[in-house]
Amino acid sequence: MHSDYSKILSNGLWHNNQALVALLGLCPLLAVSNTVINSLGLGLATTLTLILSNLLVSSLRQFILPEIRLPLFVLIIAGVVTIIELIMHAWLYELYKILGIFIPLIVTNCAIIGRAEVFASKNRILPSVLDGLAMGLGFSFALIVLGGFRELLGSGTLLAQADLLFGDAAKDWKINVFDDSSGILLAMLPPGAFIGLGLLIALKNATANLR
Amino acid sequence: MTITPPTLAALRIGLFSFIIVGLVSVVYHSTKDKIADNERLALLQNLQSVIDKRLYDNNLANDKIQLQSNGQNHTIYRARQAGQPIAAIITSMTTQGYNGDIDLLIAINVSGTINAVRVLNHRETPGLGDAIELKKSNWILSFNQLALQDLDQWAVKRDGGNFDQFTGATITPRAIVNEVKNTALFFQQHQQKIFQ
Repeated sequence: MHSDYSKILSNGLWHNNQALVALLGLCPLLAVSNTVINSLGLGLATTLTLILSNLLVSSLRQFILPEIRLPLFVLIIAGVVTIIELIMHAWLYELYKILGIFIPLIVTNCAIIGRAEVFASKNRILPSVLDGLAMGLGFSFALIVLGGFRELLGSGTLLAQADLLFGDAAKDWKINVFDDSSGILLAMLPPGAFIGLGLLIALKNATANLR
Repeated sequence: MTITPPTLAALRIGLFSFIIVGLVSVVYHSTKDKIADNERLALLQNLQSVIDKRLYDNNLANDKIQLQSNGQNHTIYRARQAGQPIAAIITSMTTQGYNGDIDLLIAINVSGTINAVRVLNHRETPGLGDAIELKKSNWILSFNQLALQDLDQWAVKRDGGNFDQFTGATITPRAIVNEVKNTALFFQQHQQKIFQ
């Protein structure tokens, strides 16, 4: 039993990482990952969506007939995302404005319906919630590493604008690694996202080959 | 009457929709006021970035009208002190930037001088065109207290005017200078109507 849970965790975080291995949800991943804080914000929202949608799908799995499972998954995920969007609009307004269209677009992140179909609709509640958490954290991990890479190269900082997520106390969390006049513009632009993601996937594959 | 499987499936989808719409509407109603508050506060913050709040005593965010010029819809907020017009804060947009629309907020005093200008939204190139943000450079402050005269000085230096361009980005400042100029001209021509 115990080994089952650790397998779910290691699958979500690494071996079946939704961004780096399954290559799902790349559109928000590429678009939002220009700073660590944006990445963290979208990562948390996606993780929360995954946990809630897995929880709902798993607890309702006896009522979900196979013929109508896809519309029901879509319905559940859309409902969860709309609720998260409203909550962010009310309590994380600045971040909501920056992430903008990418919050409602979490609905279209295939990783979420993928986990509902592959895992939550076939498993009990606790493993499903854990799977949602692990997959979400794995996705956030990829987002944050990519965000850190792009922010560092592009503007020479890390954790800029942390106050958007953590309130005014976080205003001086920003780390100036080097002077921003020497930043590499390309890293902040869309090609930087593709190059960064490519390097990350290559790195992931290289570690797999080492074993 | 027997219930056939397709009917049963349809009923189930209906039931699920009903429950989920219910949940969403509960959250919607409990966040509605907070969201409206946020929007109002953000608007007020933007307005106060172009006009000092000691200069007016009316309810700025609510004292507004919509006017059209050259197919563009301007929302105009009117600042008054003891009922007398002080300044108009005009929302303006230009499509002449390097990448997408640039949204501006332009405060113009009744005398016709620019009080201040801020960029609300833009998608100009980071590191080049984004020097129009106050966060990145002081360029946008060069409009402060500028009068609308010597109209040919209202251009970037490359076009023979008075405004700095940025290294590697002339299109962005040119677009903004033109839009501020046009808005100031629009204000001059319609001042009566604006403060009606």
